[in-house]
Amino acid sequence: MKRLTFWLAVFGVIVFCFPALSPADDHVLTMSTTTSTQASGLLDILLPAFEKETGISVKVIAKGTGAAIRDGMDGNVDIIFVHAKGREEKFVAEGYGTKRYAVMHNDFVILGPEADPAGITGQSDVAAALKTIATQKAMFVSRGDDSGTHTKEQQLWKATGLPLETITQTIVKKGKNREIQFDYPGGLGEWYMSIGQGMGKALTFADEKQAYVMSDRGTYIKYKFGRKEKLGLTVLCEGDDRLANPYGVIPVNPAKYPQVKVKQAEAFAEWLVSPQGQGLIANYRLLGKPLFYPDAIPAAQ
Amino acid sequence: MAFFIDSFLSAMRLILGADPELMEIVGLSLRVSLASTLLAGGLGVPLGFLIGFNQFRGKRVVITLLNTLLALPTVVIGLMVYTVIARRGVLGMLNLLYTPNAIIIGQVILILPVITALTIAALSRIDDRYRRTALTLGADHLQTALAVLREARFGIVAAAVAAFGRVISEIGISMMLGGNARGFTRTMTTAMALEYDKGEFVLAVGLGIVLLTISLGMNTLLNYFQGRYAE
Repeated sequence: MKRLTFWLAVFGVIVFCFPALSPADDHVLTMSTTTSTQASGLLDILLPAFEKETGISVKVIAKGTGAAIRDGMDGNVDIIFVHAKGREEKFVAEGYGTKRYAVMHNDFVILGPEADPAGITGQSDVAAALKTIATQKAMFVSRGDDSGTHTKEQQLWKATGLPLETITQTIVKKGKNREIQFDYPGGLGEWYMSIGQGMGKALTFADEKQAYVMSDRGTYIKYKFGRKEKLGLTVLCEGDDRLANPYGVIPVNPAKYPQVKVKQAEAFAEWLVSPQGQGLIANYRLLGKPLFYPDAIPAAQ
Repeated sequence: MAFFIDSFLSAMRLILGADPELMEIVGLSLRVSLASTLLAGGLGVPLGFLIGFNQFRGKRVVITLLNTLLALPTVVIGLMVYTVIARRGVLGMLNLLYTPNAIIIGQVILILPVITALTIAALSRIDDRYRRTALTLGADHLQTALAVLREARFGIVAAAVAAFGRVISEIGISMMLGGNARGFTRTMTTAMALEYDKGEFVLAVGLGIVLLTISLGMNTLLNYFQGRYAE
């Protein structure tokens, strides 16, 4: 009897320590998404509404776009919700995802200190604004984390026509050499701060150093108006078409990973582009400001 | 398994190719960690002697507190130092935040209790007769302390090694106070966290192998010197 109690206790501890051993739940969907969707608060509106309707709850893992896509490629999650259109299309083309659903977009803005030492206020051409910052060597904070925002920033630096410097790292993957590239306008660690962290950290870093930074509008609004300690940065350049930031959602392909819950994932994706999901997105306000514009049914606005 | 082979090969590539960025990251990590170990050693060893040698009321409480501080989370230290040196903080005008010096400040706070507590422990293992003999032979307090220090040197070097291991492998302080700026405050651990965030696991583990290799080199060197002076 004593022995039995002992082994029961051991078993109890094991079950307690390894909740992963419990059987998979058909009503839980795991989604990797970017920090910006999570931080904007939009998911707090969407997910409960979706759960109410279908009984499926969505477990969210927020990371940079690079890592979120990686989660999908490794079959760790059932669906990804990210913003790097080119890479999303590649993800589908390589067979990792079933289909990209265009859900919504918002935009990026260039922020800087109110004093604006480089003098880019009112500049509507984002490439020209960045070029001014670079030629003045005004401090600029970059995400530098391979996220969607970082991908966009590198594209914009290319658009300035400035000679860029490239760091190439070679790693070994599946026995083959593979190169990872990173473009930047020079001055690394001097005026160009590549910090490899999330949007929120990049904003507080830039605020601290009174530097320029590129941000998605949602995180900016949240940090500028949603905190007691107000961000000492302001929008200096906005509205350029090149600053658009489209978000897509992609179910992970069950042909690659049979364990993914593709039915539930597709239900969620379809729901996001349905009138109901699109309406919620269009009507979402962060501190009184619209944040996302629905792409599947623009009329939902 | 293939994953670890890839990581190992990537690490070898980085080390053998003397990748300039890797060298910079390793250099900064070593510089910062050595500086904080030396500073904390300069403060912690005398402090340990002060506490270990003197009998006073509440000594046990002090030692218990020191041992508790060994569990001080890096995030807490990071936050405390952050609020002091941030732009809106008391020392904001020094512009310390997100510089290598900020990391050193945080790391000294982290390992000061480690070195102090381990120094006290090392002293407690030394036979009290050394101290009394030195005193009877006419040594003053400083000379007595030096005589005991000689006896306790292995324990104290071990304290420094433990402290160095703690700072070179910590990430909370380096991330919060250094900010992981490439080419400026990026250390080995923050670089690893970043590669993980980016989904480049191979590079993250590769950097981990580099860190362990460096640690092995440092300890081998130390072991060599200890062996030489042991006779």
